[in-house]
Amino acid sequence: MNNAVENCASGTSQKTTCLWQIDIWPEAGQPDRIANELASDAADLRLPSSLRIRSARGFLIEGDITLEQAENIGINLLAEPVVERFQLAEVGSNEINVAADDCPNLIYVLPLPGVTDPQAESAMQAMRNLGYQVTAVRTFRKFVVSDLDQRDLQTLTSKLLSNDSIESAVHGALQLDRLELGTEYQFEKGVVRLTGLNADELLDISRQWQLSLSAVEMETIQAHFGDLGREPTDVELETVAQTWSEHCSHKTLAGRINYSDENGTRLFENMLKETIFSATMQIRDELGDEDWCVSVFRDNAGIVRFDDQHNICFKVETHNRPSALEPYGGANTGIGGVIRDTLGTGMGAKPICNTDVFCFADPNSAVEDLPPGVMHPRRIMKGVVAGVRDYGNRMGIPTVNGAVYFDRRYVGNPLVFCGNVGLLPNQKSFKEPQANDLIVSIGGKTGRDGIHGATFSSAELTEDSDITSGGAVQIGNAITEKMLMDVMLTARDRNLYTAVTDCGAGGYSSAVGEMGEEIGAEVWLDKVPLKYQGLSYTEIWISEAQERMVFSVPEANWPAFRDLCASESVEATVIGQFKPNGQLVLKYEDQVVADVAMAFLHDGRPPVIREATYQPVPATELSNAPSRSEASQWTGDLLKILGSLNVASKHWIIRQYDHEVQGGSVIKPLVGIQNDGPGDAAVVRPLLDSYRGVVVSCGMNPHFGDFDTWHMATSAIDEAIRNCVAVGADPNRIAVLDNFCWGYTDRPETLGSLVRAALACHDLSIEMQTPFISGKDSLHNEFSYTNADGQREVISIPSTLLISAMGQVSDVRKCVTMDLKSAGNLIYQIGQTGNHFAGSHWSLVTGANGGAVPTVDGELAKKTFNAVHRAIHGGLIRSCHDLSEGGLAAAIAEMAFAGGLGAEITVDQIVTNDVPETVRVLACLFSESNSRFVAEVLPECQSDFEAMFTDVPLTLLGKVSEQSKLVIESETAKVIDAPVDQLKEAWQNPLDWN
Amino acid sequence: MTQPNVLILRAPGTNCDQETGFAFEKAGGSVAYHHINQLVESPRLIADAQILCLPGGFSYGDDIAAGRILASQFQSKLADVIHEFHAADKLILGICNGFQILIKTGFLLQQTDEGLPATLTWNDCGRFIDRWVNLKTDSSVCVFLKDTDQLYLPIAHAEGKFVPRSDAVLNALRDGNQLALTYASGNGNGSVDNFNGSVADVAGVCDPTGRIFGLMPHPERFIDRTQHPHWTRLELPENGDGMAIFQNAIDYFA
Repeated sequence: MNNAVENCASGTSQKTTCLWQIDIWPEAGQPDRIANELASDAADLRLPSSLRIRSARGFLIEGDITLEQAENIGINLLAEPVVERFQLAEVGSNEINVAADDCPNLIYVLPLPGVTDPQAESAMQAMRNLGYQVTAVRTFRKFVVSDLDQRDLQTLTSKLLSNDSIESAVHGALQLDRLELGTEYQFEKGVVRLTGLNADELLDISRQWQLSLSAVEMETIQAHFGDLGREPTDVELETVAQTWSEHCSHKTLAGRINYSDENGTRLFENMLKETIFSATMQIRDELGDEDWCVSVFRDNAGIVRFDDQHNICFKVETHNRPSALEPYGGANTGIGGVIRDTLGTGMGAKPICNTDVFCFADPNSAVEDLPPGVMHPRRIMKGVVAGVRDYGNRMGIPTVNGAVYFDRRYVGNPLVFCGNVGLLPNQKSFKEPQANDLIVSIGGKTGRDGIHGATFSSAELTEDSDITSGGAVQIGNAITEKMLMDVMLTARDRNLYTAVTDCGAGGYSSAVGEMGEEIGAEVWLDKVPLKYQGLSYTEIWISEAQERMVFSVPEANWPAFRDLCASESVEATVIGQFKPNGQLVLKYEDQVVADVAMAFLHDGRPPVIREATYQPVPATELSNAPSRSEASQWTGDLLKILGSLNVASKHWIIRQYDHEVQGGSVIKPLVGIQNDGPGDAAVVRPLLDSYRGVVVSCGMNPHFGDFDTWHMATSAIDEAIRNCVAVGADPNRIAVLDNFCWGYTDRPETLGSLVRAALACHDLSIEMQTPFISGKDSLHNEFSYTNADGQREVISIPSTLLISAMGQVSDVRKCVTMDLKSAGNLIYQIGQTGNHFAGSHWSLVTGANGGAVPTVDGELAKKTFNAVHRAIHGGLIRSCHDLSEGGLAAAIAEMAFAGGLGAEITVDQIVTNDVPETVRVLACLFSESNSRFVAEVLPECQSDFEAMFTDVPLTLLGKVSEQSKLVIESETAKVIDAPVDQLKEAWQNPLDWN
Repeated sequence: MTQPNVLILRAPGTNCDQETGFAFEKAGGSVAYHHINQLVESPRLIADAQILCLPGGFSYGDDIAAGRILASQFQSKLADVIHEFHAADKLILGICNGFQILIKTGFLLQQTDEGLPATLTWNDCGRFIDRWVNLKTDSSVCVFLKDTDQLYLPIAHAEGKFVPRSDAVLNALRDGNQLALTYASGNGNGSVDNFNGSVADVAGVCDPTGRIFGLMPHPERFIDRTQHPHWTRLELPENGDGMAIFQNAIDYFA
């Protein structure tokens, strides 16, 4: 090392910059949690069982810091008392890079320069608060690893210790001179010559600049600037590309589609508008004065009425691709992003709960069976769960609902749906930026985060480098967003601004472009606070750095707004003004770098026209339908269903989420006598002085989509609603959201299966009077790779429609849970059973094929939901559970073990519909027909209860029993007979991870 | 009777402030919320209160370690004010993150030559846990637990494992009746609801006067019967177990 650093260690330095390394190890006798966790993950990767790892966490600290000061920082701030010890030295010195005899490999893992490092930011702030002259801090993790061959060491490093999309791994001692990032930026205005180029040349430019614009779109831009008599600047071209992107304008689904199916053809001008959106409009018309929708399909989230003073809003987003590359960061920023949607709805809503739904491949997959280049599904799952946990918990928002669906086809494209519900005063549900308002950005600073095409490299740390992580992958900083939320809700209530929106995809370009659409905007890009120097004006404009919101603030309110932010250490900056000239003007140090008409940005995009075809899958008989009747066999099938991954208990995930913060928890995700039964829907009270509740649930059945996406869609809607109704929600106050995740929709048959689902949503939504209020799509979810034979293989995800439901309950004290309550109570099935085994879990676990997919009889469903609601509201139901995966048998089993009781029922009286006698018992036990419930009723309430179901199929099945056994009979023979403990164990074991 | 003033601390990442304030109001307190920046600027704001409460959350993201950064701010900027506050026969309550802060400042258990006598660190499982736990109280010294015996409350934390520096420290705390709250067994099957691995099942500790109390479980999450996980199964009183802690604090000034 150079002399300056030697001076640091010897303490002879007068004034110099030092770079210290502090390693923090578990104290003797304390567990090394990280190493222990790694050891278990290593087994998945077939690493030798003799592998030994020890781990430390650490900090690199740069600044005018003496040895004594660095020691004080270690003692008083960084190392925990009692349980940790630390070692301090200059970076690169021998004393801190001694590997142990039994563990000769030394590996450091550091976040790539520019990747958000919240711990480092907080640590630096804390050191400065204590008076230390610190200029930069970075965290690292350090591992010493037992002897391994080169290949295993490489596997360990790249698959477990680090993720090269956000981190770099260094073998041996760290060698670096400085931590600070950034270089001087030299302003240079860029112009892109389009004049005279032909279509191919224009496409080349689109590709070269990663604009994802088609030839027709490029020609439209060429003509527009041709008319203006000039070439576009680089940032003008980027702005158009951002505004016209699939992500921002939904040009496929909200575009022209020429659709044909077995009933003929139909041309959509705007597919979503003519299906899902138009259904909501029709429902609102029919409701007239009773319309309880407030704002649908226009703001960041859909808004409906809650009580006399408040509305509630709901949005679910996907964050699939980032989560495939870096599960923790992808899920982390996914939940952070959807929370900002809530904050940016109306004049700002307070987030009151989260919902998170994931789709993965089997986490028990053998590593040999995975396609090359994908991360192990268990690692994806652990990372995603941790990402959601760490952001949601830190924000103080309870995560109350979710689901996980497993299918091999998600191996290259895991799906991560993050949703958030918000509460806002009804007078704050709309916004309108005013001409001449200031454009104010608050929250995080801007870096190269998320810029397409940004250089992305794990360059040597020794280099004097400004190369920073870009690409799709980011890490969130929840506390920045929490601080932002705290001040913005105060500013809202003090009426300090006229409009707000979040910075999501497209960064400022989208946020300002949307807010200023009707007015015009001028933005001063050199005013934007940066994480480090060296960003060009275009990078500043399109950066997707996290935790930023944009406000429209009247000039007179700016001092109050600024002071409020300052009082809680939130950075707020005026970055422009809404100037009423209909133009988007960008300036950098008084130079105009863009001047585009808002009208061209928002209305100038040429329509996209796509073909879509749907061909029904031919119906087939259910194969493999058994004629077995011995109890042990049916019991075995039930155990397999309970132990299948989709059905199995998700307690390992659920208990990592804080589902009770904010104090309004009424029905928790896990219910029953031991707090471990699967609740149907979550209920929260957003206002602590009121008993009015919000109900959140979801429905999703990708396996049905393999047979017919129409019935997949209606089944998902039915499931989401009946989950809400099962806990007590009013079926006439349930709003739903759609999230379409599909394969490659440029293929007409793939798009056709999506259009068919959207048409089904339209029809059933109207029939049920259940409005869609918002939605989001994620298209082109395919993964391609070269197999061992050199052939190109493509894995397309199953067509996946998530329906999320937000219900309401007027008095939460009427709610019920699904756990059986007491022996002697009567057990009923509500609804009728059909012969529905296509895509069922019984088929999944027994290997059966074919059969009919569950359908929804909208009229009967509506009657059923209303009757169940009346019975719950009348206090006639002690427990209620919906029938879904695994049918009646699985539902009863879950109710029994959640309640710690048994049940004795017979299936002979069950109302069936079109079920052949040969499969009657099978269907009664395992068919997945929709719109069905099991209800537990006190004997003294029998006649009152039955009177509620005169026009809905109802069957008295049997009784709750004291002895803890589930016995199901048909014609006096036992068809299922199992101890409840055994059923519970089968259900809890598969995902009961350490 | 005048309403005691309750000061609820806010800081970057505090997130249980509103429901904790609601619980104190329900118990009869007059609640004010102040940001740490305000307290550092005007430390005398603390003297206006009778009860200081550090609520749950993730102060500064729990970056470095839970509660550590806010604790260092307290130590360096507010130590004198806090000692005066305590000396004036007033009460300090730290819940979850607040407990972590109180223990890491040395306000709750005083620093010795060896350093801090105990800490709260990572749960044995290495993860955040949200679960309900049965608790046993020692009400002989702790003001907040007066007339209580058992409580059922939720925990929600990643770093709640209580670790004393030595057996001597632990014995001294036990002898001083300072191990005020311990995880207990539920329905007699013997297994204790100690999900984080705390030494001696410790869930909450008070100072020798009983007027500073820190606990990992969240009493503010069980003040109404509909917050109990089994409320649909049981006949329960309207108020939850957690109310006793807030009521005892308010009643101390009656």
